[in-house]
Amino acid sequence: MSFYSEYLKYKNFQFNKFLENITSSDIFRIINKDKIDEYDFLTLLSNEAEKYLEEMAQKAHQLTVQNFGKTILLYTPLYLSNFCVNRCSYCGFNIENKIKRKKLTFEEIEEEAKAISSTGLRHVLILTGESRKETPVSYIVDAVKILKKYFDSISIEIYPLKEDEYREVIKAGVDGLTIYQEVYDEDIYDKVHIAGPKKNYRFRLNAPERACKARMRNISIGALLGLNDWRKEAFLTGLHAKYLQDKYSDVEISVSLPRIRPHIGVYEDIYPVSDKNLVQIMLALRLFLPRIGITISTRENQKLRDNLIPLGVTKTSAGVSTEVGGHSSKTKSDSQFEISDKRSVIEMKKAILSRGYQPVFKDWMQIDY
Amino acid sequence: MMDKLIIGGIELKSRLFIGTGKFPSKKVIPDVIKSSKTQVITMALRRVDLSSKEENILEYIPKDCILLPNTSGARNAEEAVRIARLAKALGCGNWIKIEVISDNKYLLPDNYETIKATEILAKEGFIVLPYMSPDLIAAKRLVEAGAAAVMPLGAPIGTNRGLKTKELIQIMIDEIDLPIIVDAGIGKPSDAAEAMEMGAAAVLVNTAIATAGDPVKMAEAFGLAVEAGRLAYISKLGPEKKFAEASSPLTGFLNEGEK
Repeated sequence: MSFYSEYLKYKNFQFNKFLENITSSDIFRIINKDKIDEYDFLTLLSNEAEKYLEEMAQKAHQLTVQNFGKTILLYTPLYLSNFCVNRCSYCGFNIENKIKRKKLTFEEIEEEAKAISSTGLRHVLILTGESRKETPVSYIVDAVKILKKYFDSISIEIYPLKEDEYREVIKAGVDGLTIYQEVYDEDIYDKVHIAGPKKNYRFRLNAPERACKARMRNISIGALLGLNDWRKEAFLTGLHAKYLQDKYSDVEISVSLPRIRPHIGVYEDIYPVSDKNLVQIMLALRLFLPRIGITISTRENQKLRDNLIPLGVTKTSAGVSTEVGGHSSKTKSDSQFEISDKRSVIEMKKAILSRGYQPVFKDWMQIDY
Repeated sequence: MMDKLIIGGIELKSRLFIGTGKFPSKKVIPDVIKSSKTQVITMALRRVDLSSKEENILEYIPKDCILLPNTSGARNAEEAVRIARLAKALGCGNWIKIEVISDNKYLLPDNYETIKATEILAKEGFIVLPYMSPDLIAAKRLVEAGAAAVMPLGAPIGTNRGLKTKELIQIMIDEIDLPIIVDAGIGKPSDAAEAMEMGAAAVLVNTAIATAGDPVKMAEAFGLAVEAGRLAYISKLGPEKKFAEASSPLTGFLNEGEK
């Protein structure tokens, strides 16, 4: 039993037929419920529900403040390497893209760590492309040992690991995992992941669960919005989060809502996701799962990010560079994608405070065993 | 009549404990403390950042307050014990609120692991205040383990739903010979007053104050409510009656012949 069995239940579900038959009274009934089920969640993702975004926003705001207070956790990504063996049609790290490749040495990692920690951030997310040759688990472990000196919380966004490998990085000091399924639709997944180990849909789909079994503390999942009809992807993301939350209640589950961004290389088969759609996804998720974390990255622009703060966001990145060595080095790589909100940590902090929220720099600490 | 609350050998003048999570800004905390007249402040050690003056919550807590660091983030007794020891090593004193939570959906405490952590830390000299699901037998075990007070929840953390566990808390107040501090769920000053009228020794409030429109005024309201509730308790509330005491009795005629 894994989330794949849950996915199969909906693989041939008639989403359009369900979504077309929703009325305004369905939406009101659901907004006024204390607890909503998965069909209610899907109902809130409907076209009809788009008319009631304000009502959903009021409730989402109330639930978020109740559960998390007026606080936003800040973190930043640290790119360790952009070497990648995959051919993913939507990603700048695609092995076929002629980009400047770079992997940080341990000295460079320390430089990056110093530069980031000088901004006051205590949570960091380390990223690599998928290359077990260039960035094996041992490299990640050694990097984490360096970063531990500078940060209270270290999360990873790397290629999917086996359960014992997750245990290994946790032992080194990793407490969080971010891993996006990219697209839950198995057929589209197969199409956009042209070649490379990432083609293995189920190995990636079950990665969050393997990390849960390995006793990871925080797990963030998500779909790359734009690769498929957003309603289906948002629905399956929510179901995946609920599955993990129900089965591994000691793990803090979060959802990220990344929209596809311009990058080196061209991917044209994009399903549009408007700002309104993004807001609707966030609100429906909050009403469905009041206790999950919600992350909005610097893929989104400054104005939108500021306006999303009261709607359910609990975590956001700041002072971001998607280039390897982007925080300290003069010789940077090419970036994975173009970021939109380029504000520094101080600017982001001020923006959060001006909205009446507290930016949180530290919300975890290493407990050595 | 002397009405004292003594925990860990310290006499507390205020029976309102305040939590520091969820505030829109740390800068509001000193005013909240002042307006509520609280003496005991709880904070999650996981958020304490000693390396940054501005981000360090301890900078916002007056030195004469008693720090009650909590073990938020602990999933079992072992982690709670480690966090408690770390708190002590960082200079947060020897009071500790044990929070062991392995349920991220409802944030309900694990009484079994809480008892284990309490036993270890009490032996090490900590003043241990365990947060728990209200259960008389578990509370008795906590007393045996060396707890300095017991902190049952009124409703799940952050819900502001009030004293949903009232009957169970009343049993604990009646049967446990330690201060019972109602923690979690208190949403309104009237909930706090109700807990105090029941005989609770104190209440701990966070969400209801931190997420109020005006946290400073709400803190004052809670301070007053706790005082009023305690005063009502020590004044001994009049008995509740099911039927009205009629000013014109219906059976008075039966006594008329005796006159």
